[in-house]
Amino acid sequence: MGTETVRALKGVSFDVNAGEFLTIMGSSGSGKTTLLNILGCLDKPTDGDYLLDGVNISGLSRNELARLRNNKIGFVFQSYNLLPRTSALENVELPLLYNSGISSKERKEKAVKALEAVKLAERMDHKPNELSGGQQQRVAIARALVNEPVMILADEATGNLDSKTSYEIMALMQELNQQQGKTIVFVTHEPDIAAFSSRTIRLRDGKILKDTVNETKKSAKEVLAAIPVADDY
Amino acid sequence: MNIFSLIRIAWKALQRNKLRAFLTMLGIIIGVAAVIAMVAIGQGSKKSIQDQLSSMGSNMITIRPNSNVTAGARLDATSVQTLTIDDVKALQKQAQYINAVSPAASTRGQVINGALNWPTSMQGVSPQFLDIRKWTLKDGIAFTDADVNTAAKVCLLGQTVVNNIFASGENPVGKIIRFNKIPFTIIGVLNAKGENAFGQDQDDIILAPYSTIQKRILATIYFQNIYVSASNENTTQPALAEISNILRTTHRLKPADEDDFAVRTQEELINTFSSTSQLLTVLLTAIAGISLIVGGIGIMNIMYVSVTERTREIGLRMSIGARGIDILFQFLIEAILISITGGLIGVALGITASRLVTIFLSWPTLVSQSSIILSFFVCAITGVFFGYYPAQKASRLDPIDALRYE
Repeated sequence: MGTETVRALKGVSFDVNAGEFLTIMGSSGSGKTTLLNILGCLDKPTDGDYLLDGVNISGLSRNELARLRNNKIGFVFQSYNLLPRTSALENVELPLLYNSGISSKERKEKAVKALEAVKLAERMDHKPNELSGGQQQRVAIARALVNEPVMILADEATGNLDSKTSYEIMALMQELNQQQGKTIVFVTHEPDIAAFSSRTIRLRDGKILKDTVNETKKSAKEVLAAIPVADDY
Repeated sequence: MNIFSLIRIAWKALQRNKLRAFLTMLGIIIGVAAVIAMVAIGQGSKKSIQDQLSSMGSNMITIRPNSNVTAGARLDATSVQTLTIDDVKALQKQAQYINAVSPAASTRGQVINGALNWPTSMQGVSPQFLDIRKWTLKDGIAFTDADVNTAAKVCLLGQTVVNNIFASGENPVGKIIRFNKIPFTIIGVLNAKGENAFGQDQDDIILAPYSTIQKRILATIYFQNIYVSASNENTTQPALAEISNILRTTHRLKPADEDDFAVRTQEELINTFSSTSQLLTVLLTAIAGISLIVGGIGIMNIMYVSVTERTREIGLRMSIGARGIDILFQFLIEAILISITGGLIGVALGITASRLVTIFLSWPTLVSQSSIILSFFVCAITGVFFGYYPAQKASRLDPIDALRYE
């Protein structure tokens, strides 16, 4: 067993402003995952502070962190993490089940609204195995949106998708960011994905290498439109 | 997080894998069904043993006079005379736990029919005596209260007496015999009962109305015994206390006085009965315990597999805001739902099985409510007990590790 302390992150300090679309990039071992865990309130920094919506998470218990995750963060994972054999609607309702202040009627309304926001309202009764990868990820995004979090945290959310579907997801992310003002933090190692965000932080060996505002932000919609329509097989 | 949402979550999680939930239940279903059926068979045979024992008169209570020390030297119990018709009437009127009372005045003598004679004992009793002893008639009729009131010279013969004073094949009913020179009309013959536990021939007896014996033979107002039957085996003990109270009142005994009577129950029979039912209960409880433990281990095993298999789901639930306790309750409620649903199916199956046993094997079965309620609660407790450790394991998972679990 290693007793040596590994410092995954060293002196990392930055602010994410409301309504920002931030990508965090870095090769493996750069501390991306650790940073994501801290941002997602899954882990607490051993040293230093993380303020989420004005709340310092360092002093919080496991249960308080769980509540924070429920109310303020929406996760989108690389592998979707939808419950199998469960309809899209019920998958989206899931975070609301852990929020005792919401009635079952409200829960359904909110879930339908979230599915409408990701343009999957007509597929709400479909189970994950009846949906394509891109549709599954959109269900996962709806699940992240449903509790109206202050920040959506995406972990390689396009990692399992082909490039066209990735662009579709990015177009959806951009739309959520621009039209609904959602704050999005997107962890990726693909530079072309990062090109769709408004700001990029590059990590290396646990330190911030670069923190750049993306002046030439691309529109995923336009990129998508530019892709030549492939012949149907 | 309220309990209904938790039940909803657990129910949905179970529905996602119905076959496995059912297979997990199977252990509990078989366990509970076995318990219900076993207990039903056990209770059935217990009841048939109980019926047999009470047909032997296990609820009979005997009252006899007891020597009193007032005179210094104690007298033999049979020479003490304290029981009268007033005691019998008081018992009939006041006692709640008894359903029949009969006095007994007996005497020995020679019974004569023509050239044949036989020494036997004649017992003077009331018509209820046959009910108390569960004696039945082979032929003829029993005497009635009217015969008692008129001190009628009628009698019922035991089989040994019949064999000794009548030629074989001759019907004794309607014949007149003489006992101690007094003629009696035979109105019935008792069924043969054989020897009792002490080797006494129970058929060597003549029964007659007690008033006839008292007035025409013994010239006494006292009885040697009073026989009482308690309503059932379980009321024997309260009946004892009640009889004692009533007799002390009718005998005008002061609190300091000793009883001038003794009350005895058929303890040997009762002990046989209770030791039989105790053995059955112990045996069935052991079977019930083993089958439910096996079922419980099945639940625990599957819940452990389920927790491991659903590690990512647990990680996801935690990442979207489930607390450790929510996860704990989800898995605990899943385990309880499995065990309770299994319990319900098991109860239905057990009842069906015991019906089938009665129909096809014609064994007596008795499905008791208490065994249903008990096994149901034991199921729920089994669910909690065996579901707790897997649920706790799930609730203690680290969300980061769980999310990345492959």
